[in-house]
Amino acid sequence: MIYREAGQFKTTYASDQQLFPILQDRVFVIGFLVFAFGVMPFIGTEYLFRAILVPFLILSLAALGLNILVGYCGQVSLGTGGFMAIGAYAAYNLAVRVPDLNLIVIFLLAGACSTVVGALFGIPSLRIKGFYLAVATLAAQFFIDWMFARIKWFTHDSPSGNVSAPPLQVFGFPIESPEAKYLFVLAFVCVFALVARNLARGAIGRAWMATRDMDVAAEVIGIRPMAAKLSAFAVSSFFVGVAGALWAFVYLGSWEPLAFDVNRSFQLLFMIIIGGLGSILGSFLGAAFIVVLPLVLNQVPGWLGVHMSTATVSHVEAMVFGALIVFFLIVEPRGLARLWAIGKEKLRLWPFPH
Amino acid sequence: MNLRDAEPATVARRVGDVILAVEGVSLAFGGVKALTDVSFDVREHEVRAIIGPNGAGKSSMLNVINGVYRPQAGQITYRGTKRSAMEPHIAARAGIARTFQSLALFKGMSVLDNMLAGRTLLMKSNIFLQALRIGPALAEETEHRKRVEDIIDFLEIQHVRKTPVGRLPYGLQKRVDLGRALAAEPKVLLLDEPMAGMNVEEKQDMCRFILDVNDEFGTTIVLIEHDMGVVMDLSDRVVVLDYGRKIADGTPDEVRANQAVIDAYLGVKH
Ligand SMILES: Nc1ncnc2c1ncn2[C@@H]1O[C@H](COP(=O)(O)OP(=O)(O)OP(=O)(O)O)[C@@H](O)[C@H]1O
Ligand SMILES: [Mg+2]
Repeated sequence: MIYREAGQFKTTYASDQQLFPILQDRVFVIGFLVFAFGVMPFIGTEYLFRAILVPFLILSLAALGLNILVGYCGQVSLGTGGFMAIGAYAAYNLAVRVPDLNLIVIFLLAGACSTVVGALFGIPSLRIKGFYLAVATLAAQFFIDWMFARIKWFTHDSPSGNVSAPPLQVFGFPIESPEAKYLFVLAFVCVFALVARNLARGAIGRAWMATRDMDVAAEVIGIRPMAAKLSAFAVSSFFVGVAGALWAFVYLGSWEPLAFDVNRSFQLLFMIIIGGLGSILGSFLGAAFIVVLPLVLNQVPGWLGVHMSTATVSHVEAMVFGALIVFFLIVEPRGLARLWAIGKEKLRLWPFPH
Repeated sequence: MNLRDAEPATVARRVGDVILAVEGVSLAFGGVKALTDVSFDVREHEVRAIIGPNGAGKSSMLNVINGVYRPQAGQITYRGTKRSAMEPHIAARAGIARTFQSLALFKGMSVLDNMLAGRTLLMKSNIFLQALRIGPALAEETEHRKRVEDIIDFLEIQHVRKTPVGRLPYGLQKRVDLGRALAAEPKVLLLDEPMAGMNVEEKQDMCRFILDVNDEFGTTIVLIEHDMGVVMDLSDRVVVLDYGRKIADGTPDEVRANQAVIDAYLGVKH
């Protein structure tokens, strides 16, 4: 009876349309935010921030973006890494070529660049679906990889395409310490998650899902599947572009095009499949899972007293991922988020089974 | 079950001028002629039935009316505007809504969201306001939610409003399909076999909903239905199609007495 809706009667539709209509959810989320912003910076270790929390948060943002496209609008994309690269290199060029631009503005403009390119590469989706669209987005990925490796203007003539972010500071505060980086990224991710949730619950989110579920019926009620698909590509690419810029500037510091190759695209796709398609929470759960799993797998042989070479560990990791993806696709296509929802439903009824 | 007699309001309902007319519509898929030179009209506020054996072209006719199919020949006049073909979004904007023979609901979305989606065209706020969910965007959501709740009450599906429609039993899905169409506040409602596969009780409920919509909101209804009893009870006029051609058109009694119709239903060879 911990998780009870009973007694919380909603007397107006407005109260049922709050961000989190159920009191326990609200309390939980507020508590979580207070912890993340107020407590974590004081208790976290450098390793925790640098190796786990910062990459987890940034990849969550990218996964969220991809989930808007794949989970909500039902369009496939294998080009996510490419759109992250657009964000990263756009931010780099803005930082290098436009002096004194505010870091937040840089990231938002980088997202905007990615939006434009994303919408452009979204155009084929108006004609093709499924497998063919996947191949088209894969082509986008390879084209973008090639572009940043070969066209020197984008990398400011650096020989290998390897570039470094300038020192980070926002409103005079340096973003150098692990805590500062963590808080900066956390703030970004919270705002974007809120935006994603609002969009998903609003008219545009319904247009995306309607296009995903039954495009003919959507058209008949006046939703334009074209506009829905292109807006999903645009919004998704914006999120992914900002995530790319954050990944490059805040997490990597210096990078080459390889950081955003097709493996990244697949990794993000795995995250949302494992986490849950069409779920905001799922994007976070999937990212957490994929960031934390390798770290855990690295420890397991030690705990068991078995010696394993790093190569073996990475093979095992790939095998575990593969198995999990097949598992989720077959058993629970809606991923960890669905398992969480089932758990919550059980808790709601607990201790009475019915 | 004669709903006509049971509900005198239906008789008092005033049938107006022609709101929709199709003239000489022909539609073929490759070699298959789905419709050949079909003409008929629909008057404002009336219940117009389209009947005919399987494969007669009834669903194709509805698809032509709301622009899902483009006929190769013919014209469609809707509220004074003549077109050689409709477009789905023009039809939607002009107040034509429909339900589907084989359900075409948004399965992953809740009942509420399905119905709210039906009101897409009535919503105005832009993506930035929606992203922040402030001011007009929030007010709009609440306002539309109220309207949708009225329809949910009317269709008696309050208890499932937050359930994803894919998990509902068939009969309820049919109601949600009707609800989604009603949510758009249409002038003309095209219903493609709304009672197919239902038991007697469910059919009675559905008949009642259709008549109420027609009576209370004056919505013009074009109805495809196989159950002759239902057709006779509900409709003002009936079009009969067979092998893509119109073979009869008139009041239920006229159509019932028509020899060509009797032959078509008994399967007499042409
Ligand atoms: N999209 C399509 N592609 C090819 N042929 C089609 C298509 N839609 C309909 N047809 C054909 O057109 C003819 C009329 O079909 P339609 O669905 O309009 O019939 P109907 O009267 O609604 O039948 P039913 O009572 O079985 O629903 C059929 O021969 C059908 O096979
Ligand atoms: Mg049909």
